[in-house]
Amino acid sequence: MIQLTLNNERVSIDAPPDTPLLWAIREQTNLTGTKYGCGIAQCGACTVHLDGEPVRSCALPLQAAAGRNVTTIEGLMKTDAGKALERAWNAAQAPQCGYCQSGQLMTAAHLLRTAKKPLSRTEILDGMNGNLCRCGTYNQIAEAVAGAQKAMSGGRA
Amino acid sequence: MSQITSSSRRSFLVGSGSVAIGVSFGLSGTDLAQAQAQANAGSGYAPSAWVNIATDGTVTLLSPAAEMGQGTMTAMPMLLAEELDLDWKTVRVVQAPSNAKIFGNPRFGGGMTTGASRTVQGYYEPIRLAGLQARQVVLQAGAAAMGVPAGECRTELGAVIHSSGKRMSYGQIAAVAKAPEQLPAVDKSQLRPMRQFKIIGTDIDRVDVAAKTNGTARFGIDQRMPGLRYAAVLRAPVHGETPTSVDDAAARATKGVQQVVRLPYGVAVVADSWHTARKARDLLKVEWTNAARARQHNSDKVLAEYVARARKLDDAGVDFIKDGDASKAIAGAARTFSATYTSEMVSHICLEPMNCTAVVRGEQIELWAPAQSASFIIGAVGGAAGFKPENIKANITLLGGGYGRRVEPDFAVDAALVAKAMPGTPVQVIWTREDDIVHDKYRPMTAQHLVAGVDAQGRITGFLHRVVSEGIYARVVPGAFKASGGKDAPVMEGAEITYSIPGHTVQFMIEQRGINAGFWRAVGPGYTKFAIETLVDEVARGVGVDPIEYRIRMLDKNPRGAAVMREVAAMSGWGKPRQAGRALGVAFSDAWNTMCAMVVEISIANGMPVVHHVWSAVDCGVALQPRNVRAQIEGSMIYGLSAALHEKMTFKAGAPQETNLDRYRILRAAETPLVDVKVIVTDNHPGGIGEVGLPPIAPAIANAMATLGAARPRSLPFTRV
Repeated sequence: MIQLTLNNERVSIDAPPDTPLLWAIREQTNLTGTKYGCGIAQCGACTVHLDGEPVRSCALPLQAAAGRNVTTIEGLMKTDAGKALERAWNAAQAPQCGYCQSGQLMTAAHLLRTAKKPLSRTEILDGMNGNLCRCGTYNQIAEAVAGAQKAMSGGRA
Repeated sequence: MSQITSSSRRSFLVGSGSVAIGVSFGLSGTDLAQAQAQANAGSGYAPSAWVNIATDGTVTLLSPAAEMGQGTMTAMPMLLAEELDLDWKTVRVVQAPSNAKIFGNPRFGGGMTTGASRTVQGYYEPIRLAGLQARQVVLQAGAAAMGVPAGECRTELGAVIHSSGKRMSYGQIAAVAKAPEQLPAVDKSQLRPMRQFKIIGTDIDRVDVAAKTNGTARFGIDQRMPGLRYAAVLRAPVHGETPTSVDDAAARATKGVQQVVRLPYGVAVVADSWHTARKARDLLKVEWTNAARARQHNSDKVLAEYVARARKLDDAGVDFIKDGDASKAIAGAARTFSATYTSEMVSHICLEPMNCTAVVRGEQIELWAPAQSASFIIGAVGGAAGFKPENIKANITLLGGGYGRRVEPDFAVDAALVAKAMPGTPVQVIWTREDDIVHDKYRPMTAQHLVAGVDAQGRITGFLHRVVSEGIYARVVPGAFKASGGKDAPVMEGAEITYSIPGHTVQFMIEQRGINAGFWRAVGPGYTKFAIETLVDEVARGVGVDPIEYRIRMLDKNPRGAAVMREVAAMSGWGKPRQAGRALGVAFSDAWNTMCAMVVEISIANGMPVVHHVWSAVDCGVALQPRNVRAQIEGSMIYGLSAALHEKMTFKAGAPQETNLDRYRILRAAETPLVDVKVIVTDNHPGGIGEVGLPPIAPAIANAMATLGAARPRSLPFTRV
């Protein structure tokens, strides 16, 4: 039994401690927004926040999250930042197949939280470089991230 | 087939012979769900199939094709909504159940398959005709209910309106309407002309997008149900081998493992978690046959053999196209240009790995599959697991990428066989990324040899195009392949051209080397247009004509093609000086009845092209959703760019050397060029859009490299210059 805080709720997960956090979340808590893509931390589809920092949950054992704060896409979407990203993603009609987008949104949330100034297209694409999109929606994602940043700064960016 | 088939007269069937569309009035809640469930395989005609108008005005439309990001879940309902004259705000879209008799695509012989850019192409007219007929029924019913002549009524945004101003909403009509004794006859001439479209051609939001922006979209891998178990499947290290002995003692002894299932081609481990199943799979000791032809496959050697065969002109293979007399024209040409092109195998990398969920109850099996073809699943599951077609219910979920890979039903067969071994237990089979790459059906390795004969005026008079490749239809539909005289259409797609060339011969030399080749986004045109468009460019420069001007001259019988070429020249500032070290290149594609011209601006760094900007002008006829057309052109272009720059599967004795995304590189965000796509809407039958941006990107880059003085790339992926 491993205890952690998941989307601001204390949970106990009954799974072998070497189970990747991804599968513990997907199977034991039935939060399926976090996706499996490669299993070796290359594609970013499984990105969650561990104590606020983006991590690849496919390559992180459950025990490494014990006692820590884990935020998934479901948790992010309850926040103002998550809602701003969701609106911007919709406005840009960014997703195609959509499978990578949870991971993209998690990375984007961190990128915007740590940004010191309005980000250029190039800076956004560099910041999103760890998340693969096979449908090729990178430009639409960049548009959405820029839109979210602008909205979150009250339109000043 | 204008007839009433339901005795209740609360539903009726409209449409033409190829697509019949059921419309019902006033179903709601459980009645609607029940009627939709009845539309599943085997139960024949179901009244609520396709359209239900509820008394509250909500209109439920079924979407017959698989949504994999291409927008079909929005496009198909738009067609119905347009001719039914619905208010889009009242529309609710539901994925259609797997019944090809009701929902099959005429362009796939009535099969329920999504691919090859044929969804809009196949359904465009029949769906609108059915919608038109349904609107006439609603109009007549509304007129009758209001006690006014139908001839004095019109429809607008989900209401029937009498010339007096009296009106009834479709919802109000649905509460009282009965289907008429005889359906109004309709024909194509009554279809709404393009200039009167209210829904088609507008950028309404795609219906699948909202759930994809907040993590709630449910893909195949997200299916959950009580008692669900998870399975990992061990397959042979080389395509075509099968297990000879299995020692599963250690796997069975693993805590959490429920079952180990022998399959004809491998072994499945079922456990209470997928992590446990996958770990236990590593404990299997399996001996494999050592007999597959693929064992002889070493990529470098095979490619060299393909090249030699492509150049061996007396090995003529099968004529895929023979227009005029190419060899005579080439023999009498003032000049000839020739080159040999190669392409390596490439993998799909659907980001959602192959997976399928299934449960067996008695003689029945139900599957939840992120799949492009319910029809292929029903055929394969029936054949491999012994279920009658009418006992197979295949639910098509959202697809995390398709790109042609998910036309194949192999992952559904896994789930069916495992579920059959555990009756009553729902099982989700998930492939690892390694399984997904190693057991992909790749875009085939090819060698192409092209010869262009040019007359004294610089015009191409003879064009010989030879393609050496593994077959695709030859493996997937061997009967149809044989019946076609050995013409493998997906392999050779794109070799058709709309350039005016009097003598055009295309030859196909099939290879069968044991590595599975399959449908891949823009499979044939990805390499055939690369070769054609690179050689045509070389000829243009060789005879001293601007490459865009040269193509426009050859498009004298394809004015739409010429128009997109002119447009892309204007968009890109073709002919204007660029900054030092940069150059433009152009290419054209006429595949899938869509005209696409593309210009790229590149530089070269470390011997490889860097693509800075891509411009594309596209005429797909009527553009259902122009913004989505632009997104599809851009996305397919990026898919092709990724392949041209990075992607290659290498085999040693049949074993793939790239098995995950650390070694199989695909394009990342920071490499994305600026993209401008202009959609030129014309009043022509819609062409395909999901693959169109792919063919021109690689040759456009190759042509730009030539402008920069680099050797013309003739291989995919590009090698360092």
